Amino acid sequence: MPSLGADMEAGTLVEWLKRPGDRVKRGDIVAVVETQKGAIEVDIFEEGVIERWLVEPGTTVPVGTPLALIAGAEPATVASAAEVPATVMPSPAPAAPPSVSPLLEPRTEVGRPRVSPAARRLAAERGIALDRLTGSGPEGAILYADVERAAAGTALRHAAPKRLDLAEMRRAIAAAMARSKREIPHYYLSTTIELTPCLVWLETTNATRPPAQRLLLAALLLKAVARALGEAPEFNGFFTAEGFQPGTAIHIGTAIAIRGGGLIAPAIRNADKLALDELMAQLRDLVSRARSGALRSSELSDPTITVTNLGERSVETVFGVIYPPQVALVGFGMPVERPWTAGGQVVARRVISATLAADHRASDGHRGALFLADIDRRLQSPEKL
Amino acid sequence: MTDAVREITYRDAVREAIREALLADPRVFLMGEDVGRYGGCYAVTKGLLDEFGPERIRDTPLSESAFVGAGIGAALGGMRPIVEIMTVNFSLLALDQIVNNAATIRHMSGGQFAVPLVIRMATGAGRQLAAQHSHSLEGWYAHIPGLKIVTPATLEDARFMLAAALADPNPVLIFEHVMLYNRSGVLSADAGPVDISSARVQRPGNHVTLVTYGGTLFKALDAAAELAKEGVEAEVIDLRVLRPLDAETVLSSVRKTRRAVIVDEGWRSGSLSAEISARIMEGAFWDLDAPVERVCSAEVPIPYPHHLEEAALPQPAAIVAAAKATLAR
Repeated sequence: MPSLGADMEAGTLVEWLKRPGDRVKRGDIVAVVETQKGAIEVDIFEEGVIERWLVEPGTTVPVGTPLALIAGAEPATVASAAEVPATVMPSPAPAAPPSVSPLLEPRTEVGRPRVSPAARRLAAERGIALDRLTGSGPEGAILYADVERAAAGTALRHAAPKRLDLAEMRRAIAAAMARSKREIPHYYLSTTIELTPCLVWLETTNATRPPAQRLLLAALLLKAVARALGEAPEFNGFFTAEGFQPGTAIHIGTAIAIRGGGLIAPAIRNADKLALDELMAQLRDLVSRARSGALRSSELSDPTITVTNLGERSVETVFGVIYPPQVALVGFGMPVERPWTAGGQVVARRVISATLAADHRASDGHRGALFLADIDRRLQSPEKL
Repeated sequence: MTDAVREITYRDAVREAIREALLADPRVFLMGEDVGRYGGCYAVTKGLLDEFGPERIRDTPLSESAFVGAGIGAALGGMRPIVEIMTVNFSLLALDQIVNNAATIRHMSGGQFAVPLVIRMATGAGRQLAAQHSHSLEGWYAHIPGLKIVTPATLEDARFMLAAALADPNPVLIFEHVMLYNRSGVLSADAGPVDISSARVQRPGNHVTLVTYGGTLFKALDAAAELAKEGVEAEVIDLRVLRPLDAETVLSSVRKTRRAVIVDEGWRSGSLSAEISARIMEGAFWDLDAPVERVCSAEVPIPYPHHLEEAALPQPAAIVAAAKATLAR
């Protein structure tokens, strides 16, 4: 059971999307779990064949509980939203070769699932993709009931507002923020960044693009933060019982407000390595999935820092509350036109406030100032982002 | 005993049916081996000789071909003969008369001659009568166009199918399973008449369809009761008529349950159960959620020793297992 936030203690397995014998690869969605943040799809970091399930649907288990055994090229490992070290465990018998039923192996190689005629027809009627289904029949055959279940699950996921239990989410936010203010000695820094270069560059770049492919300022801001974090590792990572653990990669949690209340901050993973277009596409995807309640476990489990961007029609400045166990939060206010001095002249310029809330246990104000200044510097050369 | 319900055996029900036919129509007569003085090898016709006399209750020589041929001739001549053959194994001696004559004459005469003949015979195993008296060959006869094949399993059908068979202008073969004769139960006074064209749902259910007929009907019902304890609602269909098959009753049930188990005391190879399975494939393929299962007799001549005979026949436990297999349980 992956940890989808410091406040999460347990999750309920709603549905398996893969079954024993299925071959899985990194990034495959293997299960759906119900958490305070709604129904989350669990994606996997291991490659191999699911050897067996360890947890049945409907069961609530603590974070860190192995959900399934995966046999792969490596000794069998336990499925989890891996890369969270506590949830990756070696199998009890690491030397044993993976045991895969000879009946199952050819089927997965051929890649053609067995589907009963009744299931096939129902899937066609309900528009259910068979390759996403888990078969409960002999040799993994997909049966009528499997499609019925999937259809019911899809209906639930489509009915996203119901899936997102806002009261639950409010409780989760309350627990996390209370812990943050209780445990984390915050310090705050603020600076104002001139946006002219970014806005000019965006206008030029977007001029020839169709609306769907246009870049937003948010993408530039995220990318600048991601790049600056490369030089400022003390703001990227987790503060645990052992002290500060720098993140092994830069996964930027992007605060997304949920209509009707609530907040969720799924990660844009490896944001520093993404081209701007990719980052923009991921941001769009993330926002739409966050609002429909179809986020993946890895997106929730491993943001190494959070960026909150208040955007248009808002206020100038935000001082954030760090999301534990992260150690920093970068906040951007609303872009505004303000008097600005350039070359000894007072001119009207679009500017944005950038703030840093940081954990004083992991860093000091001086480093924080350099980090914010670096973000500013990078935003003055958007073409290099 | 005309009102309310009464306890009756299958044997008595068949005898009453014959008696009623003899009383109702002077053209009806019964002939066969030991049907008169001995009262029938399964005691079905006991007492009829005294009541109706040797003209209408006729003991025949041990020659199935001869007395079935005589029955065909009588039917052609305007009579309504009921011919009893001791067991389906012996009917093979009359196969030429049944298949080449009774089944064909209406067609070969361009409709000029009908053969309104009824042949009753015992079928099936379970009484330790060994391989030459225990087989279930009704599926063979169900292969033949020109014949109508009925398999009364319930008291009501035992009591009333004969009248429907005699009313039919073409040859009808009635197969009475030997293990049913001693079964008793209640028959309500207002029971009957019955048709000889449709299958009947004997027990409704939603999870799996058990298709059967004759002697295995009650094994299927026992299996259904067993399945119900585990929450599986089996629908039990009594085919009643093997030719022409009422496929629609089977198909509509399978379309509902999406699973079928065929229970047939005949062997599975080239059999009636294969035919039903094929009909399901043709008519309900897209509704199936599991392969059709069959529970048939072991492909051996039916053994004499009791334990081997029981082991060779379809039993409720095997039916339960097959039903569960269709449910992936």
